Amino acid sequence: MSAGRRVILLVAAAVLVAGIGGLVRSSYVLGILIFIALNAIAAFGLSLVMGFAGQVSLGQAAFYAIGAYVSGVLTASYGWNGWAALAVAVLAGGVTALLIGFPIFRLSGLLLAMATLGFGIIVYYVLVNWSGVTGGPSGLTGIPPLSLGAFRFDTDARMLWLSWGCLLLLLGLGGNLVDSRIGRALRAVRGSESAAAAAGIDTARLKLGVFALAGASTALAGSLYAHYLAFINPSPFGFAFSVELVVMVVLGGAGSLWGGLLGAAAVVLLVEALRSALPLLSLSHGAAEYEIVVFGLLLMAVMILAPGGLTAPGRRVA
Amino acid sequence: MSFEAQLAQYLASGLVVGGVYALIGLGFVIVYRVTRIINFAQGEFVMLGALLMVTGRHLGLPTAAAFVLAVAVVAVVGALLERVGVHPIRRAEATAALIVTIGASIAIRGTALAVWGTDPYALDAFSPGPPLRVLGASVVRQGFWVLAVAALVFAGLWVFFTRTYAGSAVTACAVNPRGARLMGIRVERMWLLAFALSGGLGAAAGAVIAPITYATYDMGLMLGLKGFVAAVLGGLVSPVGAIAGGFLLGLLESLSAGLLSSGYKDAVAFVVLILLLLAQVAGWTPWRVAEET
Amino acid sequence: MRIVGRMIVAVTLALWTLTWGAVPGGAQEPYKIGAIFSITGPGSSLGIPERDTALMLEAEVNAKGGVKGPDGKLHPVKLVIYDDASDETKAVLTAKKLIDEDRVTAIVGTTLSGTSLAILDTVQKAEVPLVSCAAAIKIVEPAAERKWIFKTPQSDQLIVGVLVDHLKARGLTRVAWLNVDYAFGQLGWIEFEKAAQKAGLTIVANEKFGQKDVDMTPQLTRVKAASPQATVIWSIPPSASIATKNYADLGVAGPLFQSHGVGNKRYVELAGPASNGVLFPAGKLLVAEQLADTDPQKPVLLAYARDFEAKYGPRNTFGGHAWDAIQLVLRAMEKAGPDRAKVRSAIEGTRNFVGITGVFDFSVTDHNGLDRRAVTMTQIVEGQWRQAK
Repeated sequence: MSAGRRVILLVAAAVLVAGIGGLVRSSYVLGILIFIALNAIAAFGLSLVMGFAGQVSLGQAAFYAIGAYVSGVLTASYGWNGWAALAVAVLAGGVTALLIGFPIFRLSGLLLAMATLGFGIIVYYVLVNWSGVTGGPSGLTGIPPLSLGAFRFDTDARMLWLSWGCLLLLLGLGGNLVDSRIGRALRAVRGSESAAAAAGIDTARLKLGVFALAGASTALAGSLYAHYLAFINPSPFGFAFSVELVVMVVLGGAGSLWGGLLGAAAVVLLVEALRSALPLLSLSHGAAEYEIVVFGLLLMAVMILAPGGLTAPGRRVA
Repeated sequence: MSFEAQLAQYLASGLVVGGVYALIGLGFVIVYRVTRIINFAQGEFVMLGALLMVTGRHLGLPTAAAFVLAVAVVAVVGALLERVGVHPIRRAEATAALIVTIGASIAIRGTALAVWGTDPYALDAFSPGPPLRVLGASVVRQGFWVLAVAALVFAGLWVFFTRTYAGSAVTACAVNPRGARLMGIRVERMWLLAFALSGGLGAAAGAVIAPITYATYDMGLMLGLKGFVAAVLGGLVSPVGAIAGGFLLGLLESLSAGLLSSGYKDAVAFVVLILLLLAQVAGWTPWRVAEET
Repeated sequence: MRIVGRMIVAVTLALWTLTWGAVPGGAQEPYKIGAIFSITGPGSSLGIPERDTALMLEAEVNAKGGVKGPDGKLHPVKLVIYDDASDETKAVLTAKKLIDEDRVTAIVGTTLSGTSLAILDTVQKAEVPLVSCAAAIKIVEPAAERKWIFKTPQSDQLIVGVLVDHLKARGLTRVAWLNVDYAFGQLGWIEFEKAAQKAGLTIVANEKFGQKDVDMTPQLTRVKAASPQATVIWSIPPSASIATKNYADLGVAGPLFQSHGVGNKRYVELAGPASNGVLFPAGKLLVAEQLADTDPQKPVLLAYARDFEAKYGPRNTFGGHAWDAIQLVLRAMEKAGPDRAKVRSAIEGTRNFVGITGVFDFSVTDHNGLDRRAVTMTQIVEGQWRQAK
């Protein structure tokens, strides 16, 4: 996609989101859109890591947690300014990714997946057990909303604008990255790592950089999540969410700029659509149980029909 | 309780739990060696084995018959997963197959919830009687069954892979698919066999652990994860590595819960495992992690 | 170009699916109550009996034609039940759906403390009364910041208080404690530590285990080594049952105490003979038949137990929490109709409501409304529940 077309798409999306925020009254619809944006931001970096660095991170939820808890603790327990806390949270995500990525990116893909898995689980356990700071399993309440002077981001419409604003900004910056020299280097690495290295590209540094970016973007999503719900506890940040993020990325198409957004939208909308649709078939007693069966089957079906993900359904390996 | 007795207790618990992880880990290895796919539904095979065992006993079947039935049914489920979900996308990237198995695990879990409900089910131990005392530790009889089944399975698999044609064919596919095809081996058939085998393995693990841990529709998640960790210790390709990894994980968990803080026990086990992995890659250990190309 | 085309299709589909469930805003006749339970996920063993109780109550009320509102007319009751899958994000979305799409007057639920805490903000901002079926006291405190929130389960403080008094009365002062490492267990520990200190009990061991753990012998071995006079395990089945079996197999000395989370037949079935003699504090539902006839709760408990057991299976205190929550809303709507603010005030003004969990007395400062009468020490004897002294 050319840069020009991308800009038009982003601007159109921004206008659409502004309009929706102003006109739509249903907090349910707004809530869905907000969670789509949050998940898309979280999945954004992961998509680059999986698509370009060719690595699977099975612990991405840990960065979501870092973002949420750094923001939450600093603002709720220490009275920090929301934006300062957010900046620290995003930085924490990126730096943590660098620190753990440095030793483990030298491992092969498999061992890296394991290491990220382990990291995710360790972070989860710290959240549960370090209750003095994190509030333990029952979590932290009373997280204040973000605000610009007197303008507080404490309604669904305003969080919609904030979350989508961040997402579109990220997509725009990502687009610039993809068009830049770094983007070309990333595509070279994806094509063939050894060839890229032979051409003089520092592949290790590049992959590490992408991983740090992923950590930072997922942390950003976590921070926004904490301010949106005004409450955080460890349970959304476990292994299940890491898996969900991987699903979103692959479903949307790894390595595509829009893949994370499409995957996030697909997953969230599918769950909610099933919630509306299944009771209509009057399976009175067991409706909720069947919802997850159908979800699983649909997930399988989509992947079988479009193995490259929604953005590149026909993509095959050699 | 003397320290020796305590230690013996931790070791005993660790070995029993480790045996289960080893069985599950083997399932992951068998599939990965042949297909290069991480079968996320492996944990659900364990769950199905446990619940089918419960149902079999409820219907009045003797233990051995219920066990065989559970293993057979889940082997078929594994084969079905391969035919319907994996075979059509065999030429796509491995991550696509991973997501398919994730979808399958979700669907299987939902089905189990709908069929068996949310409550855990108890299962009689394979042989009745009070726990046995070994070196000061108290070990439930089912624990011995776990180790016995594990040992039998390992022996059976060893014989299969080294002494039978089918087993050698599976190994050939794992080592060199193109070469195997040239030798007349139907690689697609081997994929089917691998999935069916891992289904059976998972079911055996679930059926034998259920009297100790109960059978619940969502028991597969955690067990699958632990089994995966065990498998990775063998680089996902070495059966011996998976077995060693399973026992190591079980012992680590038990010892850290007993000797350190029980709150962090899972985290500790993971930290040690990661350090072990790093050490392997750095070449500091006397054994090498078997790497895929 | 293909991407843009595909995106247009995706966006159109998305907007279309979002129109589902949009009620045309007409039909004022039925009284709509929303419910969010954890029907799937780790909370399902609590959420499913809650859902079943809700369905049972809805059918019962509608069989009589519905609820008589302040306008003197009979209104059928429509219960809209959603599953939050024990997940905070889904809880928030379902709450919003109930509030803006289904336009319910009040919401009952959620099952778990985490999901209830997650929807507090949504519910308070939208000014919709919530009657939670979750345990954490944080849900309704501080009262000044919880104007729209009520809850029916006994607080951990109450339950642990009864347990500690019992321990002290029996002279069991060296106590070992284990809890499951998620919210339920942790909150129990916080209360127990406080209460034990006040009562002068010594905690000789303090261990944790995971919800999905399959073996607690390492932790219990440490407990055994500390030679306690009594051991308390704070969890729900299956981990509570596994721990109970481990306890018996290890031969740890002293009586075993559990939490109210084991107040269901499943626990007894799973733990088998190891459950004999186990004591736990719980609501009176399990020992309804043994209560004195003068106890005002007895007839209510017997009726609910009989109806639930006829349709769904063994009685369950968690179902009772849902029964109380829905009854509170129904009674409030009898007085105040479908107006959200008026229903809130009516719930707050509820006095002496004889429920399954206890006798409720709400006030501006107390949105839980229960006292010691809601808890009784119960013992498992040969697989049956007996009221302990």
